[in-house]
Formats: sequence, C-alpha cells, structure tokens
Amino acid sequence: MNATTTDAVPAIELRGVTQRFRTPSGGVHTALHDLDMTVAPGEFCAVVGPTGCGKSTTLSLISGLKAASAGRTLLHGEPVTSLDRRVGFMFQTDAAFPWRTVLDNVAAGPRFRGVSRRDAVAGARDWLRRVGLSGFEDRLPHQLSGGMRKRVALAQTLINEPEILLMDEPFSALDVQTRQIVQDELLGLWELTRPAVVFVTHDLEEAIALADKVVVLTVGPGTVKDTFTIDLPRPRRVQEIRFDARFVALYERIWTSLRDEVRLAYARSAGADPGAPTKDATPSPATATTATGFSAPSEPATTPSDDAEVH
Amino acid sequence: MSELATAPAEVPADEPSEAELLRAARSRRRLRGLLVLCVQFVLVALVLGGWQLGASRGVLDSFTYGSPSGVVGQLRTWFEHGTASGSIWHNIAVTMQETVLGFVIGVVAGVVLGVALGRVRALAEVMAPFIKAGNAVPRVVLGSMFIIWFGLGPSGKVALAVVLVFFSVFFNAFQGTREVDGNLIDNARVLGASEWQVTCRVVVPSAMTWIVASLHAAFGFALIGAIVGEVLGAQAGLGQLIQQAQGQFNADGVYAGILVIAVLALAAEFLITRFERRVLRWRPTALSGSTGL
Repeated sequence: MNATTTDAVPAIELRGVTQRFRTPSGGVHTALHDLDMTVAPGEFCAVVGPTGCGKSTTLSLISGLKAASAGRTLLHGEPVTSLDRRVGFMFQTDAAFPWRTVLDNVAAGPRFRGVSRRDAVAGARDWLRRVGLSGFEDRLPHQLSGGMRKRVALAQTLINEPEILLMDEPFSALDVQTRQIVQDELLGLWELTRPAVVFVTHDLEEAIALADKVVVLTVGPGTVKDTFTIDLPRPRRVQEIRFDARFVALYERIWTSLRDEVRLAYARSAGADPGAPTKDATPSPATATTATGFSAPSEPATTPSDDAEVH
Repeated sequence: MSELATAPAEVPADEPSEAELLRAARSRRRLRGLLVLCVQFVLVALVLGGWQLGASRGVLDSFTYGSPSGVVGQLRTWFEHGTASGSIWHNIAVTMQETVLGFVIGVVAGVVLGVALGRVRALAEVMAPFIKAGNAVPRVVLGSMFIIWFGLGPSGKVALAVVLVFFSVFFNAFQGTREVDGNLIDNARVLGASEWQVTCRVVVPSAMTWIVASLHAAFGFALIGAIVGEVLGAQAGLGQLIQQAQGQFNADGVYAGILVIAVLALAAEFLITRFERRVLRWRPTALSGSTGL
C-alpha cells in the first residue's frame, strides 16, 4: 500500500512489474502489466484471479526463475537478480524426483546446498515426521497417494527453511476432502517457521481460509484489482471456518470483485471478445522453445506391465 | 474388483471367491505360456527338420545351402580342434573385445555429447549441421578407411564400432535431455542445485530412460562394427572366420559363425536388459514390454 513509507522492510515487494513474452505464434503476450504488491515478513498472502491472468508468472518473477520485462522485484529490500536461497517454491504439478526415494527427495535441498549426507538425511527424517510420513522413507513418489506426494513436496520445500514460500496452486489436483486436510497441515507447518507466503489459487474459499490477505488480479494482462485483509482469528480449522459468518461475508465481498474478471476471462477464452489482445488460452512461455532440428530417435518403450487377466 | 463381482454374464448364482478367480486366472496364464512354448518348439523343429530332410534327400543342394548336421559338425571341429586362425575361444575373445571396447567408448561419447548438446542450446545450434552430416555418411564404408588408418589389428574394428554406436546413443541422449520435465529442473534450482548438479542429479537420471532404451540397439551396432571390420580384413575374429568360410564356399562354416555371433548377441542382450531393470527400477511401468521383445 504505502510502500515507500512503511517502517518494516517488506519481505516481497513488486513495483510496477510488467512481463511480456513471445508467444509460439510469434506475437507478444503481456502477462502482467504494472503490478504493485507487497507482502510483509510472516504474512500469508493469497493471490486469486481468473485463468491466464499471470498468477504463476508473478511467482516465477519473485523466485528469480524469470526476469521481469520492466519494474522492480525486491526481496527484503534487495532486487532479485537470480535465484534466492531464502525462497522456497511449491509447484502446481508433482516436482519430486521420481527416481529418488521419499527420504532422498526431502534431503535433496540440503544436499544441493552442501550439507553432509548424514545431516541432510537426519533433517529429512525429522521433516517427514512433521508431515506425518514416517515409515514411508523408502517409498518412491509414484507409490504414494496424491495427498502424500503433496506432503513430500511440502517437506522438500520447508526443509530449507525458506523465509519466502511461493505456492502455485499446490493442492488443485487433490480431491476436496484431502485438500482440506492438507491445507490444515500447511497452516500448522507454516506456524512453525512463519515464512512470508504467496499462495496462488483459483479457489477463493481456499484463499480466504488460509490467508491474511487476498489479492485479486484482473484478467490478463494481470494487475492488482483489489486487496482484502482477512481478519479471521488464528489458529484456523479449514474445514470449519467456512461456516463462520465473517468468512461468508468476506467471501461475498471478494467474489463481487472477482466475478467480473472471471466472466471476462471466460468470454475471452470462448472467443466472444474481439477487442481482447491476441493471446492463447493458457499462455506458457515454456512452450516457446523451438526445436533445434535433430531427427527424432527411437522412443523408449513404455508399455504397461502385464496385468492379470481376470474376467 | 467391483467389476469382477458385477460381471453378470458368466458368473453363476453362487459367486466364486476372489482366491478362486485369481487361481483360475493364474492357471489360464500358465496354460497360455505352455502353449506358446509348444508352438515355438514346433516351428523350430519344422524349419530345422525340413532343412535337414531337404539336404539329405538332395532337394536342397547341401554344398550351397549347407545342412543342420553340417553346421553342428563345423561347430564341433571349431570347438574341439580350433580354427585356421587359432582356437575358437581366441576368435570369440578378439571379437568380443573389439565389440565391448567400441560399445563402451561409443556409449560414453554419445551420452556426454548428447547431454551437453541437449543442455547447452548454443552448442547444439553450432554442432547440428556437423552431426547431421556425420549421421548421413553410410558408416560401414568407413571400415575401409579405418583399415587404411589402423591396419589389420583390432583398433580399426573398435573405431568402426564406436562410430556406429555413437550416433544411436547420441540422438537418444540428446532427445532424453530435451524431454526432461522443466518442473523438475526448476524445482532442483530453487532447492539450491547448481547447473552442474542439475545436469548430474536431474537431467542424466531423467534422460536415463531414453539412453538405456538406445543401448539395446547400440550393442547390436557394436557387434556389426566389429564383424564388418573383420570381414573387411583381419588376423582373427568371428568375422574373419566367416570370411574364410565364404572364401572356401563352406556354407556350414558361415552358418556356424552366424550362430556363434547370435548366441553372443543374445547373451549381451540379456545383460543389458538386466542392467535396464536395475537402472530404471523407479519407473512405475515396466519397460521392455511383456511380449519378451
């Protein structure tokens, strides 16, 4: 808000950030336009917005995985130039290394950072205990359920004790019941180390239940439309807080703000708005890579294992 | 399981228990395996028996086409009395040495270059035309060049095997590197991995699926390289034995040589499949399909 005069340095500060990239079809797509946002240390900030409004791009900029086209990104007052060691990132899809056991996956962060194997494994065991996965150390990721994989990802990220935790729709792939359980677990773990969190989601209920502050982005090019403070008391129980009268009131207020953007986004993706700039339904800069032009080699055979023929 | 219980067609009024269903499925599968084995045996018997019969009846000229008994006799001679160029074991050792050496060097070179070009875009752009040009050369003719360079010793055969192996492994390693899930790389980088660590700990394990898939073909190529090199000119080796037999119009000798090579190739294939199983244990699906191919 009044960023230039706050006494405490915000953990995350985005100032006039604009992000453009080339679309595979050769055009230029503006994902974010003149975005201003601050997150205080220890604050849980949820970002909601319609599909394709640049929510994920925002996280890429904060993490340093991508550089902004214009504007400034500051972490604790210092500009982001490359990946920052204080940042943890939990991805939307499973990003655990499938060839490593659960234990080795969680120990990966400290190992990459030069911690001895013994200490890294000890730390990983400790974190697996905290996320309730003791006894699953030797399993491979694909042998776990979706909820368990999310907990592995949480442990993998939190073991580095990030001061800034970025989460990109981390629970969107889970069923509703599992999601609520994992959300509660997330809040419990967050209380332990209290990092500043930017939690991107399209689920407004999730945003309100978890966050101290909800930022609504406009339809792409994304910019901040409204910011709402969530003054629900902590500790919260995600399953129950949804029935709280204050929760319902907040939901209605924020939904009023979000609704127009969602409708606009829907109309655009349905092709009903010719005034919209050329953009793909789900713009992703990763697909802009072009082939180098080698012929395709023989693909590894991925036939499913023989299953029992029981009829 | 619910599907089993609700399939109404064959299930009689008293539903069979789960154990019974499993047992029935297992015995059906065993029966099927037995049947396949029988048919395979009959096929072999038909071909070999027909060949032998044709040769002994004079329908097939045994001078031109040989005969199974002739091949067995030739093999016995080789294993009991040796060959013109030393004992058969010596010849096998020479060929295998060339093959394995060519295979190892080719695989290492292919993987290193494939991963490097897959990771470093600029390098790939610079190298692409040269690699394509190299791949376009029919590599067997390089054998003649290597004989001029290295003489009749094993180095020329190793070189030919290396060239053949390299390309088949290179393209898979390159493609495998390009196909690595970007999320995994991003995750590793955020967790604190350096670019080198990303390559060693994420890219190579991830590309292993592709690399290992190429090893089956690559070993075959290594064997081809060694044998063709020997046929073109050598002092010892299985290719040279075949070449000799050909020079003497000894059809049985050619078949015997082929048979020994096939046995070696199958043994190598078995080892590679075991290696594959070991390396790709983490994969949720089995790799080489259930048809045994």
